[in-house]
Amino acid sequence: MKKAVLPGFGLSLGYTVFYLSAVVLIPLAALLLQPFDLGWEKFWKAATSARALAAYRVSFGTALVAALVNFFVGLMAAWVLVRYEFPGKKILDALVDFPFALPTAVAGVCFATLYSPNGWLGGWLEVHGIHVINTTTGITVALIFIGFPFVVRTLQPVLADFEKEAEEASQSLGANRWQTFARVIFPAVFPSLVTGFTLAFSRGVGEYGSVIFIAGNLPFKTEIAPLIIMAKLDQFDYAGAASVAAVMLLFSFLMLLILNGLQSWANREPK
Amino acid sequence: MKDPLWVRSGLIFLTVVFFVVFIFLPLVLVFAEAFKKGWEVYLAAWTEDAALKAIELTLITTGIAVPLNALFGIAAAWLITKFSFRGKTFLVSLLDLPFAVSPVIAGLIFVLLLGSRTPLGSWLGTLGIKVIYSTPGIILATIFVTFPFVVRELIPLMQAQGREEEEAALTLGARGGQMFWRVTLPNIKWGLLYGMVLCNARALGEFGAVSVVSGHIRGETNTIPLHVEILYSEYNFTASFAVASILVFLALITLVVKSLLEHQFAKQERGDSF
Repeated sequence: MKKAVLPGFGLSLGYTVFYLSAVVLIPLAALLLQPFDLGWEKFWKAATSARALAAYRVSFGTALVAALVNFFVGLMAAWVLVRYEFPGKKILDALVDFPFALPTAVAGVCFATLYSPNGWLGGWLEVHGIHVINTTTGITVALIFIGFPFVVRTLQPVLADFEKEAEEASQSLGANRWQTFARVIFPAVFPSLVTGFTLAFSRGVGEYGSVIFIAGNLPFKTEIAPLIIMAKLDQFDYAGAASVAAVMLLFSFLMLLILNGLQSWANREPK
Repeated sequence: MKDPLWVRSGLIFLTVVFFVVFIFLPLVLVFAEAFKKGWEVYLAAWTEDAALKAIELTLITTGIAVPLNALFGIAAAWLITKFSFRGKTFLVSLLDLPFAVSPVIAGLIFVLLLGSRTPLGSWLGTLGIKVIYSTPGIILATIFVTFPFVVRELIPLMQAQGREEEEAALTLGARGGQMFWRVTLPNIKWGLLYGMVLCNARALGEFGAVSVVSGHIRGETNTIPLHVEILYSEYNFTASFAVASILVFLALITLVVKSLLEHQFAKQERGDSF
């Protein structure tokens, strides 16, 4: 290693480590130590109560479905925004980040009102027998909104940089438009689609603000895992809250690990 | 090579439908609901005491969290891009942590560490310092959720700029401080501002983490998003949407500023390459 001539190594290292310890590492350690405090048996009981298990299922299930929807909708939106010209495109492009910029609680009250039985969309949907509010469908709607920017924004630069030559080559070799998309373009953008999917999924699993208003929060049906933590905290059951949180963290990391593996596999495949 | 017309118009149509249902409708709904009972009710909703208190607390929180995270962003990006040292990969992966952690868990960890029933919390209590269910806790939780935004913007930027300019400044006899103010800061100013805009947007609207540590004491520990929730749960929909409309308005401003900065970025990059 070349000896650093630039100043500020000690200062920036000290400040960074101090800040991260105070704000992230020490508080996180407090969470991870809590289950030990409680003892294994009680931890296991709190973390795997029937109500908690149902909540994990709701959180991970809806996040998965929403991320899958975003996989396709995000691909479509990124494709349209990169490849086509049409009036109003700039406005749509800027609004892609709206779900990120809008506070989640505001998104939550908006969706709850829109899909309520006398709301703009809810009334029409009820007539057709589709119930959104107080169902997992409603949770999924909120999570589609929240995850949308992740897929579009990871995909856009990749689609924009995609070599026109490869496309033209495939065309001149006699592939039709669909074959070119399916065999040449899609495999090339697939890794970044998976990245966007992963980001949307992990954001969705922990999402709270945009979900609780539309979910109705019925135990065993539409209660999400973060809400279980909230409920336990309201009863001052710190250890119980920490147990559920620890399981959620573990799950999230496992999923991220699996999806990261999937991603490096997707990256390697075309060669 | 262009897609056939029916494919193009079909995909554009479907995309526009998605935007209308998921983005335009909520946007229009907020203002429609907020103004349902006229201007007077609208203004009353956010000049009422609890609303003003919530605005004040949100301003205090973002006013502290954003500059601290900006300072951290500069220090951490400087460390990561200009030096090599052991544990760097670990440090970089830590920066993504808040994205993988539920906001509720982000709030929970501070309750577990500093709540009045914990050793540290009760010790602070004897000194008369209350962190949880009070402003410091809200600031801490906000910092946790928003700390990566500035550093995440600065790392790729400073990586691309390398270290030559700073080294040249030092060779020419600049002191560390002069080098920072005259070379480093001008080089990163747009990226820094961009990161701060994102950080600010998230800090203004953070709900889950703040909700856990706030204790929902009306007129005392409510930020604007929490106030929206309380009004909504009291079935005071018009007031709830009136207060929410401030946040929507700020979100739209954020998007405009973001687009302007991206434009500025592109300009700077073109200038560099010529």
